[in-house]
This record gives sequence, structure tokens and C-alpha cells, in this order.
Amino acid sequence: MAIELKMPALSPTMEEGKLARWLVKEGDEVSSGDILAEIETDKATMEFEAVDEGTIERILIPEGTEAVTVGTVIASIAGEGEATPSGGEPVQTEAQAADPPAVPVPANKPPKPVAARQPASDPAVPEGTAMKTLSVREALRDAMAEEMRRDDRVFVMGEEVAEYQGAYKVTQGLLDEFGPKRVIDTPITEYGFAGIGAGAAMGGLRPIVEFMTFNFAMQAIDHIINSAAKTNYMSGGQMRCPIVFRGPNGAASRVGAQHSQNYAPWYAHVPGLVVIAPYDSADAKGLLKAAIRSEDPVVFLENELVYGRGFEVPDLEDHVLPIGKARIMREGSDLTIVSYSIGVGLALEAADTLAGEGISAEVIDLRTLRPLDRNAVLQSLAKTNRLLIAEEGWPQCSVASEIIAICMEDGFDDLDAPVLRVCNEDVPLPYAENLEKAALIDADRIVEAARKVCA
Amino acid sequence: MSKSPRSKKQSAVEDTDFALRSLQQAHLAQPRYKASKEELLRLYEQMLLIRRFEERAGQLYGLGLIGGFCHLYIGQEAVAVGLQSALDGGKDSVITGYRDHGHMLAYGIEPKVIMAELTGREAGISRGKGGSMHMFSTEHGFYGGHGIVGAQVPLGAGLAFAHKYREDGGVCLAYFGDGAANQGQVYETFNMASLWDLPIVFVIENNQYAMGTAVKRSSAETEFYRRGTAFRIPGMDVNGMDVLEVRQAAEVAIDFVRKGNGPVLIELNTYRYRGHSMSDPAKYRSRDEVKEVREKSDPIERAKAELIELGESEESLKALDKRIRAQVSEAADFAESSPEPDLAELYKDVLVENY
Repeated sequence: MAIELKMPALSPTMEEGKLARWLVKEGDEVSSGDILAEIETDKATMEFEAVDEGTIERILIPEGTEAVTVGTVIASIAGEGEATPSGGEPVQTEAQAADPPAVPVPANKPPKPVAARQPASDPAVPEGTAMKTLSVREALRDAMAEEMRRDDRVFVMGEEVAEYQGAYKVTQGLLDEFGPKRVIDTPITEYGFAGIGAGAAMGGLRPIVEFMTFNFAMQAIDHIINSAAKTNYMSGGQMRCPIVFRGPNGAASRVGAQHSQNYAPWYAHVPGLVVIAPYDSADAKGLLKAAIRSEDPVVFLENELVYGRGFEVPDLEDHVLPIGKARIMREGSDLTIVSYSIGVGLALEAADTLAGEGISAEVIDLRTLRPLDRNAVLQSLAKTNRLLIAEEGWPQCSVASEIIAICMEDGFDDLDAPVLRVCNEDVPLPYAENLEKAALIDADRIVEAARKVCA
Repeated sequence: MSKSPRSKKQSAVEDTDFALRSLQQAHLAQPRYKASKEELLRLYEQMLLIRRFEERAGQLYGLGLIGGFCHLYIGQEAVAVGLQSALDGGKDSVITGYRDHGHMLAYGIEPKVIMAELTGREAGISRGKGGSMHMFSTEHGFYGGHGIVGAQVPLGAGLAFAHKYREDGGVCLAYFGDGAANQGQVYETFNMASLWDLPIVFVIENNQYAMGTAVKRSSAETEFYRRGTAFRIPGMDVNGMDVLEVRQAAEVAIDFVRKGNGPVLIELNTYRYRGHSMSDPAKYRSRDEVKEVREKSDPIERAKAELIELGESEESLKALDKRIRAQVSEAADFAESSPEPDLAELYKDVLVENY
């Protein structure tokens, strides 16, 4: 029986890739372990190996094809002794009959391209500035590169940041430009290198410490909080710790509970830290540049699922945004949806749906979680009188809890309905696709909560 | 170099560069620094200042003028004084844990501002917001004063990283205790410091007790100077109760590190006479044990006897003690009479910038 070869998912978040090169041709004998093709993801070029023995029967996707969806049949292999069927008909297999795509598409499908959406207001960008589209990943890389060109005290350290070009390719190209003195591969030793980074900052440098994900930063949280956040205060303003701790945060896709957690509320709790969690490329770039220049320790929370999305970025020589300012992503009058990071995309998606129902939702991206832009939240509440928070994270002691407290303390008279929150389910993130989907927030849940708030 | 397991085995036999004992041998060949009378007098004076300062701090604690935790350095004076006398003040950096008063005094930081920090006053070196365990003087290259056991070790490696990055010729001295030596982050740091040849001297002050736990009850390897071996860090085993021996060891270690050879680990065998902190009744050891160390190995008495041998008169040493007592009294008076921080200080310096 012929065996179908499908476009593989080569990372937990990959949805499509380029079939860069075939290393076999029709009629070739292959055995297990032979390299069949090279596939380019947004992060890397990967080799695709044969698992089964047989003869390459047909190549269905020619090399050079871009955007091949994961699960697409790209070739077929005839098993040993099998006659090669004459071409044309698709090869049916048992597996295919029973099977959705080989690797499921992540539960959070990215919303429709948000790139075209113009920010409703951002004081830092002059009107009429030209825009260019950049992925969040590129925006972060450009921010680091620009700041490293500007200030030779800035360096990057972390696991796989240099020769590997970044586990998520955020530091791609930095080693080539800046060399191993300033782009430093560390051993797998988060506690140790977070401490070394903090010490280097105390000693006058400007470290950017990358955590492969913030899940691993729990090993290092002592230095982030006890060493970096508290030193300026404990020393009576004498000893600073200007450092950026950055990396992906929050749920990725199908990586299970230990690799899927939003740490924003943990860090946003701590006086002495600046905490930033951008959504789109413009904010990722402008705020990372601001973070690197800040005299304070910054925790900069990115999101793996957003790295590959493209957004417009102001084409300015030096695009730096103010820390501590929220942004109105979409103006509205009936209710306010407050969110940050990946939740902003879902909130915007929900706002589109709500608009179809005649509900005008204002979407606010907090962007900075400490110091929190209370005024932006309260001003919007004063306008809409109804508010909900969408947060990809657990509900208890969350950023959502904090926003609700702010509304109660300082916005009570403006409230026409109780403030609601849409958060992840209060469980460790499960692996099974359906359970994971059930645990994470989505636009539908935001829409449902909005209807309740506006009822 | 080939990476096959076979060649690795061979290299272990042939690896003449991996001379872990070389510094120890250099130290044993010449264990004591040859100090002039003036040099020894200066070291003696610094040790005595620490002793008198700490005695007074203990009194102020008893009077309720110092709160919280207060860890005294009495008995260990030769370590900080001997090591720091070998540093280049303009270039080098120092970092330590919470038992930090002695290191600051050895660095020439004014006793008044240290004592005022202990009493939590505005004039304290951290404006009264750090306390005994959290004091810093970047002006003197002193980077704290850290309250989490072992945290100063990677932070110190970060300071060393900065020296190397800036190519400023500086060396970092990172002190930690026999207790901290069991923290995992210490070994993470050993690995990176050695891998990257960071200019750092790791100083283990083995005062025999991690709070109330004797070294032999907590440590599988009680010879701490050997603990860098797995990371190819040469170790030195040094008598921390003799200031001249400490000084000589520092010369060897700092010279090695400053030449770009990577880190060194020195174990200073010492003893604290007082409890772990002021609130420690020290029931885990006998009075006789403490008495014996005080009588036989006290670093200040030893230096004093040596000074007399070198011709210094008893009277002039008495006069010196009197001067130091007066200096400490003045610091204590200042610390008692200075005002507490203004309430506005509560909100200051949480962040450097306004956002």
C-alpha cells in the first residue's frame, strides 16, 4: 500500500512552511532515516526524513512552493514490491480516512490579519508616518540590533541566542553583526545567568537576558525580584540594575502545563520592576527599545504565537514608545474591552463580531503592566460605563483582578454593570487538543461576556 | 581537539595545563606576606576597627536601637582586611552576603554612615532603607550587602563579566560562606566563570557553621577549596585567622586572575565568635570551643604580638585602641542622634525613572 508523506509540523506552533528543496526524485529507493527534503519554517530550515522504506512514487508539491499547510500530502512512497500506480489519482490510505491533519493546527488560530488596522491613537507616532510590515519577531530583533548599534554597553545573553540564532529566531543575525562578545550563548542555567546578567547591570552594562521561555525563568525569579527589582530601593537610589529580561510568555501550542503559563501577574505584582507585554510589531519594537534604554529592570513578556504575525510598524529611524502608556486599539462607545499581549488580537476579533450585533466595543491594549496606565482604563470606562477584561492567563490574582479593583476603587460611579473578566480556565494547561482549546480564552467567550455586560 | 570519548580519556592524563594545585603550591612555598611594621600596623588598625565597631553594634542591638537581623563579623576580621588590602581600589569590585559590616569598614567606608544604616536613619548609607544586610557603596566598588544566601556569587560573576567586557583590568572578589557553598547557583556560576575565564576570586569564608549547622553535618566535601575542581577552577586552602597569610594568598590569587587565567577559589578557614545573628543563642557549640579559638587563634591578638616583636610599643597600641574606640563611639552617637528618614522617602527610589 502506498504511504502518503505529509507536510510535517516542525515546531509546536508551525502552521505552514516552504518546501525548499527535494533531495529525492520520483523512482528513488529510500529507507528509514534518509533525508527527503528541506523544509523552511519561519524559524529555520529543517530536514525531513523518511520513516518508511520504499520507492518514491510521486512528488506532489514541487520544490520552491511557499506556504504549504501542515498536513498537506507532499509525496507518496510505494511499499516494497508494490507496483507503482499510474499517476493522477490521489492515493487513499487508512490513515487519511481516519485522520485530521497529521499535526493539528494550534487551537488559537490567529485572527484575521490585523496589519491593516490603524491604531486609534498613539501620541508617540507623528501623523502621516509611513508604515512597513514586520513580523513581531523581526521587530524585536530590529529593536535589539538598533540599540546595540547605539550603545556598546548593550549585549544579549541566553540559551541558543548566538550560534543557533535564537530558539525562536528572535536573535537571528545578531551574532554576525555584533560578534560573540556581545551575543553570548549560555549553558542551560537560568538561575546562574540571570544572576550574572543582574550583576553585569549593577556593574554598569546594559544586559538583555533572553529566557527561552518565561516558564524557565521561574528558576531565576529570585534574581529578577530580589536582586534586580529591589536593589535601587534598598541602596537608597545608589545602585541601579538596568537590565531587560525577555522571552516568550503564556500558552504556546500543545506543549503542556509546564511550558504554558502567563507570568504577567507574577511580575506585575513586584514594585521595582517595569513589566511590558506588547501585542503587535510596532509596540514590540518601540517598547523593547524603550526597555533597553530604561534605567530600571524590565521584564518584557512576548508571545510565541504572535512572533510570526505581521503588523505595520512606523518607518521611523528611531521608533521608541513611552513605557507606562496604554493604547486604544479600536474606539467604541458601548463597552471597553481591556487586554494585553495575545488577548488583544482576540479582543479585536470579538469587537468585529460585536459590531455586527450593533455593540460598539472599545479595545484597550495595556501594553505596560507595571506601571499600569490606570487613567487610560478609567477614562475609557467613563466613556462606555461598561468594562470587561480579556486575559490569556489564570483568573485568580490576575491582571484582570487588578483592573477590576481599579474600577471599583476609582471608577465605581461610572459603572453601569459589573465588570467581568474572561480568563483561561483555572486549571494547569492540558495537552489534548480539545481540552487545551477548552481551557484557553477565545473571541467567542469575549463576545459572550460582552453581551452579558451590555445586557 | 577531537571529541571522541577515547581522546578525552587520554587528555585527562596528558592535560598539564589543568594544574589545580599550582596556586596552592605557590601559597605553601611562601605562606605569609612580608609586611613592614607600617603595613602590619595598618592591617591591625583595620581589624581592630571592625572588632570595636561590631562590639558596639552588638550593644546597640541589645538596646533596641538596631532591629531585625544583625550578623557580626567578630573573629573573621583577618579575612576581609587581608584580602581587600591586596586589591586595586580604583579598579576592582567586591560583593558579599549579609555579614557585610566588616567588608565595608575594610574598604574604608566611613563607620558613621554604616552605623546610621544599622539604626535605620536618613544618614545611613542606604538612607535607612537597606539595613544591616543591604548596604552598598558603588563609589568604593562595593556592590553589597545581599540577603539571599548565595545570590552574591552570580552577581559577582556579573561584575567580573563587566570588568572583562569593558577591559578595565578589574577583578571581582566575591565572598560567600560555607553555608552558601551548598547553593546550586554557586556551581552554575563556577561553570560559567570558568568557561568564560571571568576575572573573579571566589572567596569561601568557612566560619565552620551555616547558621547552626556545623560544616560536617551539611557538606559531603568539607574541603571547600576543592569544590571548583569539577569546573577546572584552581583552589587554595588558607588560614583565615592570620592576616598576613590571607594577604599573601590574595596576592597569588589576584595575580593569577588579573592575568586573564580565569577564576580562583580560595577557602579561608576562620571562626565567628558570636552567634549567626544577634538572635542566635549558639547552643550548637560549646563555650569551650569558642574560648579555645579566641585564646589560641585570634587574628588581632596575633597581629598585636607580632607588632610588639617588630618594636611597636604597648603604649602606642593602647593609644591606637583608644582612638578607635572614640571613633566608634562617635559613629554610635551619630547613629543614635540622626533623624529617621522622612516619610516621603517611603516612595522614593522604587524606580529610577518616571513613566
